[in-house]
Amino acid sequence: MFLRLVYESFRRQKRRKALAGVAIVLGVGVATAMIAVATDVGDKMSRELRSYGANLLVTPQEDSLDLQIGGVDLKPPSDGTYLNEADLPKIRGTFWHHNIVGFSPMLPVNIEVAGKNVTLLGTYFSKKLAFGKEQFVTGVRITHPWWKVQGAWPDDESPDVLVGESLAAKLAVKPGDQIVAGGQSHRIVGILSTGSAEDNQLVASLGLAQQILGKPKAVRRLYVSALTKPEDALARRDPKTMNAELFDRWYCSPYVESIAYQLQEAIPHSHAEQIRQVAQNEGTVLSRIQGLMLLVTLAALLASALAVSAAMATAIFERRSEVGLMKALGAGNASIAALFFVEAALLALIGGLIGFAGGAVLARQMGRSIFDSQITIDPVLLPVILALAVIVTFAGSALAIRRAVKFDPVFALRGEV
Amino acid sequence: MTSQPIVATRRADGRHTSMFLRLLMRAAILRRGRAASALLAMIVAAAAATAMLNLYVDVQAKLRKEFRNYGANVVIVGKNGEALPKGALEVVNAALDGRGLAVPFAYVVARTVDGQSVVVSGTDFAQVRRLDSWWSVSNWPQAPQDALVGTRAMAVVSAQGKPFDLSFQGHTVHLNPAGSLSTGAGEESRIFISLSDFESWTEVQPSTIEIAVSGSPEEVNAAIDKLAQALPQTEVRPVRQIVEGEARVLGKTKATLLASASLIILTAALCVLSTLMGWVLDRRRDFAIMKALGASERLISSFFAAEAGALGAIGAVVGFIVGIGVAAWIGRVNFHAPVVPRLNVLPWVLLGSVSVALISAALPMSLLRRVQPAVILRGE
Repeated sequence: MFLRLVYESFRRQKRRKALAGVAIVLGVGVATAMIAVATDVGDKMSRELRSYGANLLVTPQEDSLDLQIGGVDLKPPSDGTYLNEADLPKIRGTFWHHNIVGFSPMLPVNIEVAGKNVTLLGTYFSKKLAFGKEQFVTGVRITHPWWKVQGAWPDDESPDVLVGESLAAKLAVKPGDQIVAGGQSHRIVGILSTGSAEDNQLVASLGLAQQILGKPKAVRRLYVSALTKPEDALARRDPKTMNAELFDRWYCSPYVESIAYQLQEAIPHSHAEQIRQVAQNEGTVLSRIQGLMLLVTLAALLASALAVSAAMATAIFERRSEVGLMKALGAGNASIAALFFVEAALLALIGGLIGFAGGAVLARQMGRSIFDSQITIDPVLLPVILALAVIVTFAGSALAIRRAVKFDPVFALRGEV
Repeated sequence: MTSQPIVATRRADGRHTSMFLRLLMRAAILRRGRAASALLAMIVAAAAATAMLNLYVDVQAKLRKEFRNYGANVVIVGKNGEALPKGALEVVNAALDGRGLAVPFAYVVARTVDGQSVVVSGTDFAQVRRLDSWWSVSNWPQAPQDALVGTRAMAVVSAQGKPFDLSFQGHTVHLNPAGSLSTGAGEESRIFISLSDFESWTEVQPSTIEIAVSGSPEEVNAAIDKLAQALPQTEVRPVRQIVEGEARVLGKTKATLLASASLIILTAALCVLSTLMGWVLDRRRDFAIMKALGASERLISSFFAAEAGALGAIGAVVGFIVGIGVAAWIGRVNFHAPVVPRLNVLPWVLLGSVSVALISAALPMSLLRRVQPAVILRGE
């Protein structure tokens, strides 16, 4: 009998059920989409923040001081020590290698161009490397996304060069011209604009710089761009003072400090340090954006909860004459309340399921259109969302059910509602 | 429940408008449960819309402030590596007019006692501290002859933290390493001293001014143009790394927020629609009685429209106040600065609320109009 009542109620009151159901579907859909976006926005934004460039710098351990003013390197070429280019692919073997977006080695060499002292910077543009069986591409086009080239990027294996835009204006050269550097003539394939020191430099492949310097496999600096987690109290602690368990936790968190530590392990005789300008601010900006999305999600959850409650209250309010009839026929308060709650639960579950699916599609669309990547929803969220939907629906219905049950059947049946 | 006698006397007065208002008031009071729930939905929707619109407008300014922690976004250097003209900093400050922070830097290569080369820079410590907030400094120099020494330079010039001498073109200066500097970049190889110490020692003028210009990309570009005009003999250029990174991250944040805001506002509006439609449909008996008593369709329509409009307007105003509060709370919790209430959002919220309310009333009205009053009154 009870089941039949529920069934008939759904069958005969399609419009009312649909109205309440639509509210639940919308509320749950928005809540799901917002939770998915809020949990994923950190990852997505941290990838966007990589457009600020490398956040880690690896230098030789016993390096001499840099002597660079305004893009001109004054350091004698014989000075200092170097990293070994052959060690670089080992970065792919570190614990957090999935978080390493890219790396670019740099080797500045002083040369004379048209009687002037100019720095030629050797680097990777978009170099294909292999670590074990894994193939990957890395270089400045990934780690320094603000570098713009008018013309074409040189090939990493070719002797072609880029000329910084200020230097190009001084030398009056354009793409396609030849330039004599390091005793050889090189083709200029593009004019480079970076807004910093490289505008006054020549930029070429790492191999060419090594050849001019006469030191095969030499690398002066290595810029690494890594996805990191905002710094917290644990991140700032000195790993030497940690016990084994704490150290494992520190080592297995993608803090900029622990990634620096692992880079030092991977590359012999190196010193890795966070570039504070990028790394420190990244944490602040990231936590602000995450915090904002979290609060907005909270507001969205609250708004959907209230909306669902209002819709449920309306739906039950409309059925007071029905309550009167049931009471007149001898139904107890408890069984009437039970009927309403079962109906509410059914609505919440069905609406919740549809809403969850809709929210997942919505989140996916948002991810695709804003970040050009997927926002996936953890299936673990489904029971949580359903439980939330049921709780909110119950809470919204409770007051209305109480009032409906208390209502005198006489008034209800006379139609004086 | 029995308002007939009062209605009758009022009708005798023949005051049509007051009758209309009375109907509105009675409807709200007698059905306060229903009216309250419809109003609540309205308030929630208006509050959500206000909060989201306010945040959306204000979040750029808030985030831009955070982005200024990345340091300078504009750099001025002398053409061909020459020093900047005298008084360049004053010209820059006048051109910025308080909308930015300009810090001069002068550089020379000096020699230590044992003949090692090191880059020494003269700057304004008080300003650098504000511009480059990521500098990790053990102790900022206060007194004259105090130097801020990069961690790598420290190992070369003063491994034990003792005072040291530097020479430049035959002039020697005695410096006291007041603090060490760690940045993870080129600054660690340098020694920073105050500009007055630097100039009296080397007689070299600043060659670079780093500026953090606040505001939107357009404002930054305008500032660059203005600076280039004020200092024609220099090169003014944006720091592309900072400017482009900021534009990208800000753009994505705004897009995410806009998508979320539209979702939330849409949900809220649709819920208002469903609640109000239920409310109007529920009153089909009123509708039928009014019609049976001879009220014209226009009167009934305007009655329901006025009701919905009033509900929308009250909901919008209350929701606006609540929404401002929510936005301010989010601003305080997340950005440690309140979101400024934008009064120009109010007309939009008001307009949106009233139109949603009117649409919600109009839909069931067109349904009811087709039904004979007798059918409704018979309870079918």
